[in-house]
Amino acid sequence: MAKKIESKVIDVLKRGTPFGRLEEGDVFNENLKIEDVWINMGPQHPSTHGVLRLVLALQGERIVDMEVVIGYLHRGTEKLAEFRTYHQFIPLTDRLDYLASPAMNFGYVLAVEKLAGIEVPIRAEYIRVLMAELARISSHLLWLATHALDIGAMTVFLYCFREREMILDLFEMATGGRLITTYYRIGGVANDLPDYFLDRCEEFCEIFPKRVEDYDALLYSNRIWLSRTVNIAKISAEKGLALGLSGPSIRGSGVNWDLRRSNPYSVYDKLDFEVAVFDGCDVYARYLVRRKEMLESCKIVKQCIEWLKKNPGGEVQAKVPKVFKPPVGEVYQAVEAPKGELGFYIVSDGSQRPYRLKIRAPSFANLMSLPEMCKGHLVADVVAAIGSIDVVLGEVDR
Amino acid sequence: MAEEPIKDREKADSEVPIDFSKFVEVRKIKEKYPEAIVDLKYFRDELTIVLKKEYLLNVCFLLRDDPETKYNFLTEVIGVHYPNREKPFEVVYHLYSVEYARRVRLKVMLGEDEEVESVYPVWPSANWYERECFDMFGIRFTNHPDLRRILLPEDWEGYPLRKDYPLEGPPGYREKWLKEHLSLYNKL
Amino acid sequence: MDVLMSDILTALIRIIVVFALALLTVAYLTYLERKVIGHMQVRMGPMRVGPHGLLQPIADGLKLFFKEDIVPTEGYRLTFYFAPILCLVCALILFAVIPFDAKFMISRLNIGLLYILSIASVGVMGIILAGWSSGSKYSLLGGLRSAAQIFSYEIFLGFSLMGPLMIAGSLDLVKIVEAQSVPFIVYQPVAFVIYLIAALGEINRVPFDLPEAESELVAGFHTEYSGMKFAYFFLAEYANMIIVSAIATIVFLAGWKGPILPGWMWFLIKMFIFIYFFIWVRATFPRYRYDQFMRIGWKIMLPLVLANIFVTGVVILFIGGY
Repeated sequence: MAKKIESKVIDVLKRGTPFGRLEEGDVFNENLKIEDVWINMGPQHPSTHGVLRLVLALQGERIVDMEVVIGYLHRGTEKLAEFRTYHQFIPLTDRLDYLASPAMNFGYVLAVEKLAGIEVPIRAEYIRVLMAELARISSHLLWLATHALDIGAMTVFLYCFREREMILDLFEMATGGRLITTYYRIGGVANDLPDYFLDRCEEFCEIFPKRVEDYDALLYSNRIWLSRTVNIAKISAEKGLALGLSGPSIRGSGVNWDLRRSNPYSVYDKLDFEVAVFDGCDVYARYLVRRKEMLESCKIVKQCIEWLKKNPGGEVQAKVPKVFKPPVGEVYQAVEAPKGELGFYIVSDGSQRPYRLKIRAPSFANLMSLPEMCKGHLVADVVAAIGSIDVVLGEVDR
Repeated sequence: MAEEPIKDREKADSEVPIDFSKFVEVRKIKEKYPEAIVDLKYFRDELTIVLKKEYLLNVCFLLRDDPETKYNFLTEVIGVHYPNREKPFEVVYHLYSVEYARRVRLKVMLGEDEEVESVYPVWPSANWYERECFDMFGIRFTNHPDLRRILLPEDWEGYPLRKDYPLEGPPGYREKWLKEHLSLYNKL
Repeated sequence: MDVLMSDILTALIRIIVVFALALLTVAYLTYLERKVIGHMQVRMGPMRVGPHGLLQPIADGLKLFFKEDIVPTEGYRLTFYFAPILCLVCALILFAVIPFDAKFMISRLNIGLLYILSIASVGVMGIILAGWSSGSKYSLLGGLRSAAQIFSYEIFLGFSLMGPLMIAGSLDLVKIVEAQSVPFIVYQPVAFVIYLIAALGEINRVPFDLPEAESELVAGFHTEYSGMKFAYFFLAEYANMIIVSAIATIVFLAGWKGPILPGWMWFLIKMFIFIYFFIWVRATFPRYRYDQFMRIGWKIMLPLVLANIFVTGVVILFIGGY
């Protein structure tokens, strides 16, 4: 009888099980061996935010090991940059972090301006900051939406999209594009804001904090939300910095480091805002940081509107030649993008095209700490952890 | 407000000899490893230190651990290819000190077949940065824990960001690659 | 002979009426859920097919019916086909004992409640089998999760019904309703709350939809299913939702009893209150993690429900019934 059962079991194993297949020559051992189950999460998976692929080694549902596989969206942006003029490269920067394209433009044009020593009209600076902060809000809204959806809170998703829609409408009004705006130019912005833009923007700033209360009602002190995020995917400040974690993710570990404050660029030194820092080191702290950042960005937008209303008219574009040849040299300019430190390193050989352009993408570096965060947690926490570092694969793979 | 840095920049451009000993990084390196520095540059408020590659790891440890510099954040590792130079590769390290909000750029020149020590022991984040550098330029890093391609497929031939690599890839390579990888489709 | 024939005939008519209505309700429950959640989430829900999207469930059904039937090469064919059928059959035969009115039911079983509990736990076997036979790791994880879920939540579901049962003194659903001159929710609030939580777990709905958690396990146990087989799971899930609401109505809200309106209408009203509650919860809460879900079950709900039974017993002993 026992023999019969054993032969049946071997038969089944030979036909193959979800764990694997018993090959010819393998010995079916009575002393069962415990093996890790390897699971492929992505590149097509509802909550890897694009084409991220994670290879997980599981024991039960507990993660023993993890490898992050990227590159599925690699478009060779850096190579393309070497074959385009400085002006022509701006649209490509939009496609890095396509959820906050003004912020991406911002980093690039600042780097080029620094290289060429161009002074930007003050009005353009305020418009740029205004757009970049709107982009930050929009990016964080999409983050909150998808992060909550990953954890199962469906309604927050649609609430956030409602407000994001308003921002996209504002973008459309000013630039003609909703997602890919390409609004910034070397030495300024493409055109001045339309008349009614500031009023509509002000309306949004009035509404937005109330809407944040809506999200709070669903998440902020929700027991389930707390139990899914508090003490999950912890990473200490030292470890995070060593692994290249930047932006809101590291501020969730209690590091008071915001490039807008520590190395101010553009007009950020004239604006009043608080750097959101929480020291929980976990998913919840990162949620709190981004939540507060949205409100702070809203404050910055308000200040920009105020300034722009007080000082109407004026140039928004410095005189930059069509055939633009910056001096020989190399610069690195970093900005605080919604995901972290976005840097452009440009080497110029004095020609119309960059000799070498390197994009320091925040998500790329942030992803490195994912295995560190997830080890020992359950599969469900991986989803929370990915959400909490807010990756955009367009930026990771470039 | 925005005018002052511009003046500074112009000063920096105009070949005025700069006293590099005012930079604490330079002082610290010179103190400990007097012959490590090959060249120093200052352009657009950014300090560049060109190092001998043997000293790279030591200097990195020094800059990270010294209480006056505290470069605890490696921003990126970048490869640059200059095919006409004697040493065609340049590896650029951008360091950032969160505490002092300062940046510094380290540079190492490499010959065609030369390797450079990985800075992974100093900053674990070098792991992926160096993998990307290897992926795009074929620069090898000794003692790197896991030097594989990162953005391109494992079996990709050539290093795309080298200057001699055509924008659309070597002629015929794309067709060949598609044929190999889409063999299933071809059968259908 | 004639009497027997007419008995069989009336039984057949009842079966047809109940099942046709049940399937129709199940189909339109999907519509209701999409509409209700849609309006909670500042959108319209289905609007295209028919006026206000009223024909949407039928269009969905047709689409699923004509879809290609795919069986994964690594899957176990027989089990793969069998699992959804098991799920749906177990869900539908539960309707046999539900008394929609004092008179209107397919069969009056003197152990009705026990029958429901036991068949319901067989139904979850379908999910486990589906997870196993799909030959996919995500499905397998979903199946494993649901196995753990049955073991724990069946128990609380059963125990939470124990209190009302002791008061009514019968497993017969009709007698339970008749025993309620005051609805049992008044005497058994703790049992009621625990029943609702356990029911959410039992029918795999947010916040306990772990076997099919879409953001973690793609779609859990039904990742590999398509076409009609998927539709069976879908129907089974919603049929279970109706059953669970019906039991709550019968055991805690005095079933068909109520003034003015006819009994079946009261029954439906009460049942839909629960269904609305389940939909509402889905729009509100995030999902629990698998281990947290177990912890709530074993460490909080089990002691509570046992205490409830104990207190009920003691009160009955001293007062001698209500």
